Amino acid sequence: MKTKIFCPEKRAVLTQGDQAVVEGALAAGVEFFAGYPITPASEIAEGFARELPKIGGKFLQMEDEIAGMAAVVGASLAGKKAITATSGPGFALKQENLGFATMIEAPVVVVNVQRVGPSTGLPTSPSQGDVMQTRWGRNGDQEIIALAPASVAESYELTIKAVNLSEKFRQPVVLLLDEVIGHLREKIYLKSSEELEIVNRKKPDTDQDPDQYLPYQLTDDLIPPMSDYGSGLKYHTSGLFHDQSGFPDGKNETAKLMQDRLHNKLHDNLDQIILYQKDIRSDDKVAVLSYGSAARTAISAVNTGRKDNLKAGWFKLQTIWPFAEKEVAELASQVETIIVPELNQGQLIREVKRAAAGKAKVLGINSYAGELIKPEEIRALLEEVL
Amino acid sequence: MGFEKYLRMDKLPHIWCPGCGHGTILNSFIRAFADSNLDQDKTVIISGIGCSGRATGYLNFDTLHTTHGRAIAFATGVKMANPELNVIVMTGDGDGSAIGGNHLIHAARRNIDLTVILFNNQIYGMTGGQFSPMTPTGDQATTAPYGNIDQNFDLARLVGGAGGTFIARGAAYDPRQLNKLYLAALKHKGFSFVESLSQCPVSYGRQNKAGDAVKMLKKQQQNTISFKKWQELSQEKKEEKYPLGILKEVVKPESEYTVRYQKIIDDIKKEEAL
Repeated sequence: MKTKIFCPEKRAVLTQGDQAVVEGALAAGVEFFAGYPITPASEIAEGFARELPKIGGKFLQMEDEIAGMAAVVGASLAGKKAITATSGPGFALKQENLGFATMIEAPVVVVNVQRVGPSTGLPTSPSQGDVMQTRWGRNGDQEIIALAPASVAESYELTIKAVNLSEKFRQPVVLLLDEVIGHLREKIYLKSSEELEIVNRKKPDTDQDPDQYLPYQLTDDLIPPMSDYGSGLKYHTSGLFHDQSGFPDGKNETAKLMQDRLHNKLHDNLDQIILYQKDIRSDDKVAVLSYGSAARTAISAVNTGRKDNLKAGWFKLQTIWPFAEKEVAELASQVETIIVPELNQGQLIREVKRAAAGKAKVLGINSYAGELIKPEEIRALLEEVL
Repeated sequence: MGFEKYLRMDKLPHIWCPGCGHGTILNSFIRAFADSNLDQDKTVIISGIGCSGRATGYLNFDTLHTTHGRAIAFATGVKMANPELNVIVMTGDGDGSAIGGNHLIHAARRNIDLTVILFNNQIYGMTGGQFSPMTPTGDQATTAPYGNIDQNFDLARLVGGAGGTFIARGAAYDPRQLNKLYLAALKHKGFSFVESLSQCPVSYGRQNKAGDAVKMLKKQQQNTISFKKWQELSQEKKEEKYPLGILKEVVKPESEYTVRYQKIIDDIKKEEAL
């Protein structure tokens, strides 16, 4: 099968978050999408349906969300970079196969353009209600990487990062947009091929004896090289705990070893995974810590507050899982108060409180019925605590 | 001779109970694959959860043991991503027609080039004998202690009606016919489906006093008839027997899903070249 390499040129475009995800994924080398229509993520599927065949890639509209998740894992095993997109209710349906992808270490990206839940909720209103679903939505202990863009430009950038991280760590990555970011239109710069940094999964030597091949080999970096289906190495993959050969053996030690490896392959490399931006001055007494669309409000409130000499700074998490525990602990020792605005009833604030461990007071501002938080609300709280 | 290369000999003996028909089905499949001239290295076999799901572990191919009911959806992704691969699904009556029923009919509708072998033992065996969509009405199951009131699917007709282009039914009592059906299914370009009647003397047989495997296989023989002879039966008599053989075969390789998608790609290229 001939494919044309997607060769972008540096250019400025006016586009929305959902479309920026498509651009970012194509730039990162994604050649496969499978999914199911859902508001407010359908524009992502539509974008891939239009663009993928142009580069010899494949688009599949599946019969349901579950199948969409399964198909991208299948495509990943066949050697393609693959992505799916959904919103909260669909994300709930994808969870089992997302856990399977984690277990078999299939690099895939799942985009969740969040809307207000529970259930059908408010389909066209923004929310950050799936933060904990992303972290704990599947059965069993498991790690996940989740990135949360706060702008259209970041939707593009972090999609590239998400694909790269998934390939590097053989790990599903969730990209958490929300309805505002998905539908917002902003000017962004698309990178040229030379500017792009692309990561491809590590592959095994296909000339080796297939009988000796260990698809889940314990390597120093804890990330086993991944063979494409059809390469001749003929290996077995299962959602059961498996040893280095890929076969389940039912032993508790095997399960322990694998659980630890899946955890450590990420936790040994947090410096590569945890992305954030901050502007905290040495004399700031309050920090507003946020992510996604709430970060836009937070930064705006801090910047206007500073004009009136408020001693406030901002800290924006781009990676929300694994949680930036060390960084937030440091922040808590620098400031007296951390304000956490979220479009939910207070999900990530639990982690902030845990990491702050009493060193700073942690206060939430929450909007969970489909409205954005207003900068004035954050301003009011800043004035109250300062 | 020479079938060992298709098996992971170090994983045998298999876990299936004494008298189970799944080993017979696997045997027929291996013989069919050997006759098919398909490239073993370019073949992926995908299963779900349940007794049938364990088949992939014994087969020396790229094999994927997925989540319950979803094997066909994973297989669709593999086939679309690389149409050069031969993609085979092994599923059960619970895995394939209950929890995975939606994927079964939609893959058939797309006519994507997968070969689906459905091991139909009429029960959830792995979990100890709960009724499946294929457990006969009136039978006993651990979740139908007063008799099963559910009606069955006619799976072959269901999948044929959904658009599958090769539909067959075989039975463990006649492994030679199974062998031929699998071979024809593997060679078919499009969605092929072989309902394979198996027997479960343990989880189904015991609670239904069906006797041992031999007795169950004899009953399988009594309940089935060749498709040719079946067509000559009266409507009333047709209801009493399952027809065996190739029940539907439409040779239309250009209507296969990955072929149709490739045409979109090629047409875009042609347009660009203009």
